[in-house]
Amino acid sequence: MLRLFFHSQLQLGFAQALVAALSALVVIVLARRRGIHLESETVIAMVRGLVQIIAVGSILVILLRAPRWTSGILLAAMIVAAGATSARRAKGIPEAFRVSAWAIAFGAGSIIALMTSLGVIDTAITSLVPVGSMLIANAMNTNSLALNRFRSDVLSHIGEIETALALGAEARNSVSPYVQASFEASLIPAIDSLRSLGIVWIPGLMAGMLLSGARPVYAAIYQFVVLAMIFASSGLTSLISTMLIRGRVFSPAEQLLLQPGR
Amino acid sequence: MCIPPNSSVVLRAEHLGRTVHNKILIQDANFELQKGEVLAITGPSGSGKTSLLRLLNRLDEPTSGTVFVAGVDYRHIEPRELRRKLGMVTQRPYLFPGSVADNLRFGPAQRGETLPPEAMEELLTQVGLKDYAGRDVANLSGGEAQRVSVARTLANSPLALLLDEPTSASDEAAKLEVESAIQKVVRGQGLTCVMVTHDVAQAVRLASRALVVEGGRIVRAGPVREVLRA
Repeated sequence: MLRLFFHSQLQLGFAQALVAALSALVVIVLARRRGIHLESETVIAMVRGLVQIIAVGSILVILLRAPRWTSGILLAAMIVAAGATSARRAKGIPEAFRVSAWAIAFGAGSIIALMTSLGVIDTAITSLVPVGSMLIANAMNTNSLALNRFRSDVLSHIGEIETALALGAEARNSVSPYVQASFEASLIPAIDSLRSLGIVWIPGLMAGMLLSGARPVYAAIYQFVVLAMIFASSGLTSLISTMLIRGRVFSPAEQLLLQPGR
Repeated sequence: MCIPPNSSVVLRAEHLGRTVHNKILIQDANFELQKGEVLAITGPSGSGKTSLLRLLNRLDEPTSGTVFVAGVDYRHIEPRELRRKLGMVTQRPYLFPGSVADNLRFGPAQRGETLPPEAMEELLTQVGLKDYAGRDVANLSGGEAQRVSVARTLANSPLALLLDEPTSASDEAAKLEVESAIQKVVRGQGLTCVMVTHDVAQAVRLASRALVVEGGRIVRAGPVREVLRA
């Protein structure tokens, strides 16, 4: 229907974005009626997301003609931004940004480097940057879930953790059950994506490849390749971040630093 | 650094204090405990009793002063060894999932030791829970769980016991069970003990000396009957 009113692609895009955003606003209104206030966080996130993706889209147009090494700079910047975004989910945990940035850099970065060197990801900017950003974004989400779950589990089990410490347990061991639970919970979306691939959803990358003329079977296989890479990079990121974070909630004298209100 | 096993002063707090975000939790606490003494820390809610106890086994870091354990500044004692030697029993028992025996084995297992079955049986007998080793902790009453918590702490062979209102979360019947178990263990083994309690009668029954804490400061100290009568 929108195509009847908007003939320029740019105008149509903004109109589609507006309609999609309105559906999100309906959810906010419904949540507000139940006393859940998501208004400012959601509106800011949507505006920010739109501005960022337009900015990146514009940069990509310029980068199409740039040398290949520039994709490395772009991906590195994405990792730093992902680390900063993810660290906000770990309020009260010391060095959350450093942990997140390292975990995403090693988790997503190593898979991107390995797959690029093996030829699974093409080195062209138009391929490396979008696929790399998918891995980084998913690694960021997994990292946020892991840190958020770890934080809330530790805060709700302070008694158990300090009891273990008081009985002479090593600080890192006293939080082991929560490290494991965080790791497992953080991978649920990645596992579910793989499990439901093709049945519940047909991802955008495959749709895009089909539209640009790729053979359907190859497009399908490559979509699996991307999801498997997402699982690998997300899993590695979560493994690294939960390993790094477990020691950071304790002082050198093995006192639990993460306490309510501190 | 290892703690010397024989010393008559087991615990000495010197100018001990903790301030967090400009809020004084404990200020200039000074006291010492001879071997076998039971010290009650009393005072109104929020006065700093638990904060003081948590400083003694370094669950929290003092911002001033220190504690000497058997003559050794506790900053020179490895935290895990310190906490094994100053065994703490908290207000709620926080038992780990599994059996009573699993809980008693926890402390020794942290240093690679196995608690012999006869030692476990003896500990459980001391707290009045003979033949409870195989029971699942999920099926214990509040009083039984707290007594398991006492036995679990004793399984580490501590130099002193730190008790943080161990009966305050219990009903009247359980309170008597737990108190009687503590009394038996402390007197039977001649254990040095610091006990936080808001129950003056309990302090008189169990302790020989008392400190009264108000606003983070020790305002009275001395023999339990004299201090708590004032």
